[in-house]
Amino acid sequence: MVDLFQPFVDMLWDVAPIASVLFGFQLLILKQKIPHLKQVIIGFVLVWIGLTLFIAGLEKALFPLGKLMANQLTSPDFIGSNASWEDYYWVYIFAFAVGFSTTIAEPSLLAVAIKAHQVSGGSIKTWSLRITVAVGVAVGISLGSYRIVTGIPIHYFIITGYAVVLIQTYFAPKSIIALAYDSGGVTTSTVTVPLVAALGLGLASTIEGRNPIIDGFGLIAFASLFPIMSVLAYAQITDFLTRRKK
Amino acid sequence: MKKILKVFGHNLLDSAKDLAPIVLVIGFFQLIVLQQSIPNLFDIVLGTGFVLLGLTLFVYGLNLGLFPMGEVLAFALVKKGSIIWLLIFSFALGFGTTIAEPALIAVANEAASVAQLGGLIQEIELQPYAQILRYTVAISVGLSVLLGVLRIIKGWPLTTLIIGGYLLVIITTAFAPDNIIGIAYDSGGVTTSTITVPLVTALGVGLASSIRGRNPMTDGFGMIAIASLLPIVAVMIFGMLW
Repeated sequence: MVDLFQPFVDMLWDVAPIASVLFGFQLLILKQKIPHLKQVIIGFVLVWIGLTLFIAGLEKALFPLGKLMANQLTSPDFIGSNASWEDYYWVYIFAFAVGFSTTIAEPSLLAVAIKAHQVSGGSIKTWSLRITVAVGVAVGISLGSYRIVTGIPIHYFIITGYAVVLIQTYFAPKSIIALAYDSGGVTTSTVTVPLVAALGLGLASTIEGRNPIIDGFGLIAFASLFPIMSVLAYAQITDFLTRRKK
Repeated sequence: MKKILKVFGHNLLDSAKDLAPIVLVIGFFQLIVLQQSIPNLFDIVLGTGFVLLGLTLFVYGLNLGLFPMGEVLAFALVKKGSIIWLLIFSFALGFGTTIAEPALIAVANEAASVAQLGGLIQEIELQPYAQILRYTVAISVGLSVLLGVLRIIKGWPLTTLIIGGYLLVIITTAFAPDNIIGIAYDSGGVTTSTITVPLVTALGVGLASSIRGRNPMTDGFGMIAIASLLPIVAVMIFGMLW
């Protein structure tokens, strides 16, 4: 059975800072009572228990399984020996599928999409935004796996990506820019990160000549950069289409 | 009680829907593409159950305790009108939400064990390495939220800040040791997730709607973007100093 006692104690130290910030400001700075105190306390206890189970579950299931699959997908038995980068096509498809499915499922992206829908007065559709972002993440993670397979240094991609984002920013409609930049950070959340990080580390440890420290990380960076491009592009395309209609 | 159970069941279903595509993708690849059985099936099912239950309790608890508290506070602080306290609160909020971020904890631990495998650190340093990495990221997110709030108050254009951030990233990349670059770029995306995003977005949009002359669409968003850039710079500096 899993030893859950220590994780629970550790997690208490992690939840404590948020709790003390919120309670401290409410009681000491604003000097106001906490509305629905009982409910709020129950909420905090649930967050504590939930986080602990979540982390324990990840370490039990998602991390090992993700690593195992990455190892299997990249092993010579599956790819064949003397593989060149094209032979890893299942890896790229897997990366795309994982990127897309985890992003569609992302609760924090949903939260931002709902907020954007409200604030934009309905002109930004929740589902279009989620799918646009998910496609961005999927493309980003596939390209990131290609980078690990070929061993091209990450900063070439990232710096080129920055340049593309800046050029797009210049042409994109002003109202979308802040939201597009935000979608970069939003996409990679609790579900995506562990699976994607495991994929990267697994790839880098099976492919000869790759160092997990240097090549294993960086997939999440791709997943945070490409949605910015896809959202900006989406806005540019819809903007172009509506103007042509007029 | 019956109502609570109903809401809880609904949340559990939501979490299950959130996790279903991933389970399908993994199942498809493992069983059909790789044609392998799933090893340690019991552990995997148990672990997935933990993740599912944990996520549900977590989201449920957020809505019950954290969100209402955070919103009440953000509005009360704007009403109080003290910029200093607003900035202190922003920093504390960014720091507090990031230090508790499960994704960051997971990646920091992975980073430490990879660094140990690579002979960069001794086993005894494993725990401190992961801890200091987490604190580095959390402090930089705190500064980011502070900067983002200051931007909304002052009305600075987001693009200028982002271009400045990109330049900082590029400059620090040139000087950072190779082994930290990937981890650093990743920590930018990792910092901002399930706890941070809704709290920070609510703060930004709330501020932009309550300050005159600010547009919630162009000014309210953008805080997360800053919070995804500064940690990259901070972790690379951490790498230069470790």
